[in-house]
Amino acid sequence: MKNFRKGDGERSGLFTRRALVLGGAQAVLMTALAGRLYQLQVVETDRFATMAEENRINMRLLAPSRGQIFDRSGVPLAVNRNNFRAMATSDRGRGADLLVERLDQIFSLGEAEKVRLLRELRRSRSAQPIVVRENLGWEEVARLEFNAPDLPGVFIDLGQSRDYPEGELMSHIVGYTGRVADEDLAGRDDPVLQLATMRFGKKGVERSLEDNLRGRAGAVQVEVNAVGRVVRELDRTEGQPGANALLTIDLDIQRFATEKMKEHKSGSVVVLDVVTGDVIAMVSTPGFDPSTFARGITQTEWRDLLDNPERPLHNKAIAGVYPPGSTYKMVTALAALEAKVIDPWTRLPCVGFLELGSIKFHCWLKGGHGSTNVTEALACSCDCFFYEAARRAGIDRVSDMAQRLGFGKVSELGLPGESAANQPTRAWKQEKIGKPWQHGDTFNLGIGQGYMTATPLQLAIMTARIANGGYEVQPNLLLAKATPREELAPPAVRTKPTAPSLRLNPQHLAIVRQGMSDVVNGSLGTANALRVKQPELTFAGKTGTAQVKRITEREREMGITQASLPWHLRHHALFVCYGPVDNPRYACAVIVEHGQAGGATAGPIGRDVLVETMKRDPSRRTDRFKKMASR
Amino acid sequence: MGSSAALDAPAPVGFAEKIWRINWGLVLVLTAIAGIGVLALYSAAGGRFEPWAARHAVRYGSAFMLMLVVALIHPKVWLSLAWPIYIVSVLMLVAVDVIGKIGMGAQRWLVIGPMQIQPSEIAKVAVILVIARYYHGLRREQASQFLYTLPPLMMILVVVGLVMVQPDLGTAMMVLMGGGALLFVAGVRIWMFLAAGIGAVACLPIAWSLMHDYQKRRVLTFLDPDRDPLGAGYHITQSKIAIGSGGMFGKGFLKGTQSSLNFLPEKQTDFIFTTFVEEWGMAGAMVLLGLFALVVVWGFSIAFRSQHHFGRLLALGVTAMLFLYVFINTAMVMGMLPVVGVPLPLVSNGGTALLSVMFACGLLIGVNVYRDAQLPRTR
Repeated sequence: MKNFRKGDGERSGLFTRRALVLGGAQAVLMTALAGRLYQLQVVETDRFATMAEENRINMRLLAPSRGQIFDRSGVPLAVNRNNFRAMATSDRGRGADLLVERLDQIFSLGEAEKVRLLRELRRSRSAQPIVVRENLGWEEVARLEFNAPDLPGVFIDLGQSRDYPEGELMSHIVGYTGRVADEDLAGRDDPVLQLATMRFGKKGVERSLEDNLRGRAGAVQVEVNAVGRVVRELDRTEGQPGANALLTIDLDIQRFATEKMKEHKSGSVVVLDVVTGDVIAMVSTPGFDPSTFARGITQTEWRDLLDNPERPLHNKAIAGVYPPGSTYKMVTALAALEAKVIDPWTRLPCVGFLELGSIKFHCWLKGGHGSTNVTEALACSCDCFFYEAARRAGIDRVSDMAQRLGFGKVSELGLPGESAANQPTRAWKQEKIGKPWQHGDTFNLGIGQGYMTATPLQLAIMTARIANGGYEVQPNLLLAKATPREELAPPAVRTKPTAPSLRLNPQHLAIVRQGMSDVVNGSLGTANALRVKQPELTFAGKTGTAQVKRITEREREMGITQASLPWHLRHHALFVCYGPVDNPRYACAVIVEHGQAGGATAGPIGRDVLVETMKRDPSRRTDRFKKMASR
Repeated sequence: MGSSAALDAPAPVGFAEKIWRINWGLVLVLTAIAGIGVLALYSAAGGRFEPWAARHAVRYGSAFMLMLVVALIHPKVWLSLAWPIYIVSVLMLVAVDVIGKIGMGAQRWLVIGPMQIQPSEIAKVAVILVIARYYHGLRREQASQFLYTLPPLMMILVVVGLVMVQPDLGTAMMVLMGGGALLFVAGVRIWMFLAAGIGAVACLPIAWSLMHDYQKRRVLTFLDPDRDPLGAGYHITQSKIAIGSGGMFGKGFLKGTQSSLNFLPEKQTDFIFTTFVEEWGMAGAMVLLGLFALVVVWGFSIAFRSQHHFGRLLALGVTAMLFLYVFINTAMVMGMLPVVGVPLPLVSNGGTALLSVMFACGLLIGVNVYRDAQLPRTR
């Protein structure tokens, strides 16, 4: 027993010593815990508090409602409609594969879509949600809601998408929108463009008025949980919707002109208000269906549009370049008159050709027109007269006059893709062709051939500037813009041009206008058949036929004619006109691609469109807008 | 032996005396800790008693009764039950490993009728009991001899090995360190600990090669949490954000954003400390850790007052286990140790762990109740 007690005493002594050592060690470790708490909760607490807030609070931008687009009387051309979208926030890219697999089961996305979603889910730093699918139907919405527990971070968002009620009819003018591309961001630091749901104008007015239509982003501060689901809203600042735009286009005339073009494969019509420069109609056929872009175009649809030889995506009114042919003769006439190398009474001979050295320059009329003055030469479109007039005026003066009338440069219309076409000069030829300017080049330029090209819009501008008494009007598509739709209203009617004058001799302009009037109304006129009986609708014009392929002397002898050539080699048919002849208000330019003869093919279209425009007289009528707007 | 013992022995303790000898202060501290657990679990569920807080309170109630019953059982019973309990728990661990193998994956649960049991929790207590029993039977000189150190080493390592293959690194660490602490106070020579330490370092490469990929990842992530901030490091980063953003006095009850918005993983089990500290700040953390420290100090004083070696070792073993639980868990959620899956005793949601901790506390209090019991060294 004693042993037992003694032994225990010894054991207990050792135990106590060792236990105290152990207790000391535990005290040290407890102190370390307290130190760590101090470090985390006192020393570094600000840093961690910020991180916790960053976890919790998300700033989300609210896409502003895009401005709507109307024609001049208030008919909607581009509107917004509700669009149910499936959106997803990635939980910092975790579980993205599984999520995409499940979404695929619901929507059958397809391989390309799956790859896009995975890429975007991984890239998005959980800050901004990405778009899974747009324009959901009710059934899809229901299926998504039903499967919501299996789809963390996926939610349905009511957004807006673009709708184009007039479709193909307005496709080239209104254009379309698409996802924001990297090049769209250049020079724009608007943060709203980072939103996945944001759309950006790609073509037409959607593009040229992009910065007006877009509006300003609102922002909402939300509390989110770990999977990115919004728990509650903390703060909200509303954005500002984009400005609504009233275009100068008169939809009725646009439709009328398009109908008239239907019988031809492709071509273009431009109608301008010669006083204001308002574009009343601008047709380029064929067009395309902008809704394919609004819902997201497929690869095949895109290829089909690109491969079509009639080039439906191409706005021929501003980007199609053609030799102006005889429609250019007003330029030559004005250049020669202003240079005083001819006067209104100067008569020049025509025997069917003009010789320059060994080269023969033919007149379109084999036997020649005999002796004509400038008015008669315009009426019968005598080539020889204008060869000589151009020779006398010289390349520099002709080019200068053409540029003053709008050739060779991009107008102030503002639509993307407008071409400057080509108004040749001495310097241009030296630089581009590497050869000095020849007399023969001047001859060709005098009748709008050779190196000379122009767009239908430029032809309409030229006609307008001649018709309005020499004012440098610029084409214009935007009639008015306003953010609240109620304030949208056309400006007051204008009867006098406000554009700067070109300082052309009014007498010379009158002579040229007389010549254009005689084209239609004179007995010798090349478009004599187009004459209109009603005095208030009489108009003036000029035909043109632009060579695509030169028919050689030998081919002519072999009996090859225009009609026997394949379509794509036939001449282009051109017609420019303005009216009413006494008090011009509207100018119109028509090109029928490969339409062969200006007077016969393009002429009737020009006349019908111009007469229709004069009848409706859109520039002086605002009552229709009020009727439309009050609806 | 009986008659001579009666001369020295104090009078047998009556039932009232036994009740009196229960450390009611300690019981109060334990209940306070469990109360904090209920509070934290209520908050973790977003301000609801379901699904965790209410169950935790009920479980604590029944575990409380178990503790009192255990505390009133005479140590000689535990002395005789030490080996059977140890053997049963080892068999259960084997069973769990076998079933786990069949079930293809980590397996920690054993289903017996309506009960789910985590054998590793029972094994923790069993190792303490069996080692205390072993050293109680040794003389002082024997305790410091190398050969006599081998059997308890085996008892520890068998359990550690079985737990490791589950795999449950946290519990294995606890058994190893708790067992080591017991051997230390029992009088094993210091040089043996040094040798074991050197051996352990030498064995690290082998241990590394035996670890699962996810375990390796955890260790690497612990050494450098920014290595994979969105993957394995995510948990610990979010936990540190939650604790740090709590600051001195916390965000307020039910106002912890990290836990309520689910940025915290396992917020009701291993990361319950984080949930609590985010809302109550460093002040709350110091109160909670202070209560645990009080338990440990109490445990030491019970160990010192015990008249028999079995009681001393048992009390100290239980105290060391509780300390390890608390230290490993809190150090883990604060990014001082790798994430190994150790709950915070009395606070984390989970039945078996609560029962085993309260059972151990019952043993601890029992040592106090029977502090002057006479226990023969051998039977």
